[in-house]
Amino acid sequence: MSLRVEEMAVHFGGVAALADVSFEVEAGRITSMIGPNGAGKTTAFNVITGFLRPLRGRVLYEGDPLTGLKPFQIAERGIVRTFQKTNVFPQTAVLDNVMIGLHLRERAGLAAILLRRRRVREEEATLAALAEEILAFVGLAHRRREPAGALPFGEQRLLELAIALAARPRLLLLDEPASGMNPAEKTAVMGLIRRIREQGVTVFLVEHDMRLVMGISDRVIVLHLGRVIAQGAPGEVQSDPQVISAYLGGR
Amino acid sequence: MEEFLQHILNGLILGGTYALLGIGLTLIFGIMNVVNFAHGEFYTLGAYTTFLFLALLETNFFLALLGAVASGILLGAICERLLLRPLLGESIDTTMLVMIGVWIAMQNAELTLWGGVAKSIDHPFPQPPLTLGPLSVAPLRLFVLGAAVLLIAGSHLLIHRTRLGRAMRATFQDRETAALMGVDIHRIHTVTFAFGSGLAAGAGALLGPVFVVYPAMGDPAALKAFVVVILGGLGNFAGATLGGLILGIAEELGAGYISSGYRDAVGFAIIILVLLLRPSGLFARAERVG
Amino acid sequence: MRRVGLGVLGALLLAAPFWVWNPYYVHILIMAGIFTILALSLNLLLGYTGQLSLGHAAFFGIGAYTSALLALRLDWPAWAGFVAAVLVAGLAGYGVGKVSLKLRGAYFVLVTISFAGVIYLVSVNWMELTNGPLGLPGVPPFEVAVAGLFELSFRSKPAFYYLVLGVAALAYLVCRRLVSSRIGRAFIALRENEALAESVGIDGTRYLVLAAVVSAAMAGAAGSLYAHYTRFVSPEVFLFTYTVTMVIMVVAGGKGTLAGPVVGAVLFTVLPEALREVTSWQWQMLLYGVLLILTVFFLPKGVVPALETWLRERRAIRP
Ligand SMILES: Nc1ncnc2c1ncn2[C@@H]1O[C@H](COP(=O)(O)OP(=O)(O)OP(=O)(O)O)[C@@H](O)[C@H]1O
Ligand SMILES: [Mg+2]
Repeated sequence: MSLRVEEMAVHFGGVAALADVSFEVEAGRITSMIGPNGAGKTTAFNVITGFLRPLRGRVLYEGDPLTGLKPFQIAERGIVRTFQKTNVFPQTAVLDNVMIGLHLRERAGLAAILLRRRRVREEEATLAALAEEILAFVGLAHRRREPAGALPFGEQRLLELAIALAARPRLLLLDEPASGMNPAEKTAVMGLIRRIREQGVTVFLVEHDMRLVMGISDRVIVLHLGRVIAQGAPGEVQSDPQVISAYLGGR
Repeated sequence: MEEFLQHILNGLILGGTYALLGIGLTLIFGIMNVVNFAHGEFYTLGAYTTFLFLALLETNFFLALLGAVASGILLGAICERLLLRPLLGESIDTTMLVMIGVWIAMQNAELTLWGGVAKSIDHPFPQPPLTLGPLSVAPLRLFVLGAAVLLIAGSHLLIHRTRLGRAMRATFQDRETAALMGVDIHRIHTVTFAFGSGLAAGAGALLGPVFVVYPAMGDPAALKAFVVVILGGLGNFAGATLGGLILGIAEELGAGYISSGYRDAVGFAIIILVLLLRPSGLFARAERVG
Repeated sequence: MRRVGLGVLGALLLAAPFWVWNPYYVHILIMAGIFTILALSLNLLLGYTGQLSLGHAAFFGIGAYTSALLALRLDWPAWAGFVAAVLVAGLAGYGVGKVSLKLRGAYFVLVTISFAGVIYLVSVNWMELTNGPLGLPGVPPFEVAVAGLFELSFRSKPAFYYLVLGVAALAYLVCRRLVSSRIGRAFIALRENEALAESVGIDGTRYLVLAAVVSAAMAGAAGSLYAHYTRFVSPEVFLFTYTVTMVIMVVAGGKGTLAGPVVGAVLFTVLPEALREVTSWQWQMLLYGVLLILTVFFLPKGVVPALETWLRERRAIRP
């Protein structure tokens, strides 16, 4: 068992965005969360990664509660997320974006940096090589010197993925990683997500593209109006009458 | 007890003008998302314009006050059209730097124009104080309080009872939606800045005859305006009115019972305490992540 | 090419007291050096972490008063006062940073202004310690002496010039090493996208406070040098004018670059001195205001980045 959410509730000005939601994300697999716009998917991500405090409920990761931890502390525990809206360091070069993502792997202290000790220089070199590797993995090696903000949209989304991977996640939360991409790019992202899982990373995915979701997920959780209305294997969920009516009938 | 009541009365008189300053700043802040560091300079402008009308043009006192408010409105509108409109949509830091530039430029323009020597403004009110039971108050100060109350009430009506005010409030709520609903954002911004600057100039014109007029008088005034905005909450009209009165009274009590050397420290202390103890309490606007 | 240029510049700076024959010009160079340290220090915060502190003169003043008081009241040697000034200012930076860096944007700016305002009022009103508005005259010159072994005096202008040049070079080096390291990358990440930075494990508060401490300590060093150079400290060191001058130097030079604050500091120390012959102080300040506005409109990134772009484009055109 990797991640476990228990009776999580979030209200915005009295309106429930999440109402006592409970679910689990199993280690080493790809779990997807789907649901109509405003269902509460991003809100759930925000609570899990410490950006939002829930009204009630708790989040357990490998048995330990995450409640009250700050986002950076949650990242230190190996839980890394991407954001629904494109999110890079726009004025920084693509390679340096990934270098920032490597932050947790660096050890150099203030004194060593000011004295520019040899191990600091060696660490820099190792990390730069690692960053190049990650860039090559997502297929952005040719862009390394360009400022991230100048990249076309689809490539910025890939860069976000690279930044998150640099932080060495054991659980990776992806919020609509393929939104706004063309079909070819989507297929590429699907391949990447599979390869990430093969490297032993647990993937928790929010995505609207059903072809993508049904194609790669081991399990699917359906959220509607802040409640889990179905969960199970992709095939089961697809034929669930409640799910169909949620998507067709709106509220 | 009598001394205490006297401090409260003096505090109210100061507080009324602080509220005027604060209302202008809070509207500009809330509606335009501009931190107007030049706000105090419009206060100075109001005071000097009054002086100009009275001492050099020798007009009627009340006409001079109107002239001062008009000068604030005019220069405010020019400032918005020239410097802020081209920067619409830029980050808050960018407009803040520009307004810091305006602040320095205006203050030193005043200094060049009028010299550093403080000037006093004549007024038609009798000198001997009126006594109300145990309290005494100069007629001029009573007039200042009355005029401030009138201006505050007028602003309240403008914002809550007119179409223009409704458009301003809609822009404050959500600029994009207001634009979609047909509000002319450019016009609202010009009006807001001109209006806020006019109120600041009015405050300067009212306090000019009470104290003296000098080029750097806008600095403490701007500080007070910021305190009022922070006390009352960002973009909060009623809060600014209340905040102004609270600050006026707090200052009078601080100066009366602690030490007059630290009078201005009251303002700084309020800013630090309020922002640090209730960083989200008074002006919470939760940001969205994701 | 770049290396040769830097070498020539370094040689010119080192030889300055020999080719700058007018002592008044040496004085301007010294002030430019002190402001270079200040601009570099503000740039760490404003340029790299993106936090606009308008209370920076407070740390300069704290450094100046620490040095002056330790020398006058406790007879500390200047170098010890200098070290103490750096530490005390850094400590103040820690305290202020710790409490105020929870805030962002305008609120942070206001708290920093208020903090500087309170310190200024204390320096004016706490007569017993600071001698109030009259200030502290007779601060001893900068001298380093080890009993009987050697003595080094920075009393003369050329000697003091070398001291300032050394400290400025050190400040530059500290900035350079810091910003090209993981710490600098964390600063930049927090400036460009705080949520994303936190999501990859960067502890925002910790790095912002670190920036505030280093920045304040550097400003304290500048303050100490200033006290021992002018030999007089008064509440004027806290004046907002100093902060504004620093902000203009950083913004006009190019915030978030290493060369920007240096260029800005030299430009805005020499320019007012050049104008001094023809205009009065308030005209200079007026011009400062106008220049700040013009910079935001026409050189939003500052002189150095604009020059770099221009050079790159020229090179690209040439075959
Ligand atoms: N910061 C906030 N303040 C107020 N309401 C919010 C906030 N964040 C989200 N909401 C509301 O909470 C509900 C859930 O939003 P959420 O972003 O989690 O939905 P979602 O499932 O991610 O939708 P989408 O598919 O459109 O991304 C929505 O009704 C939304 O308007
Ligand atoms: Mg969402």
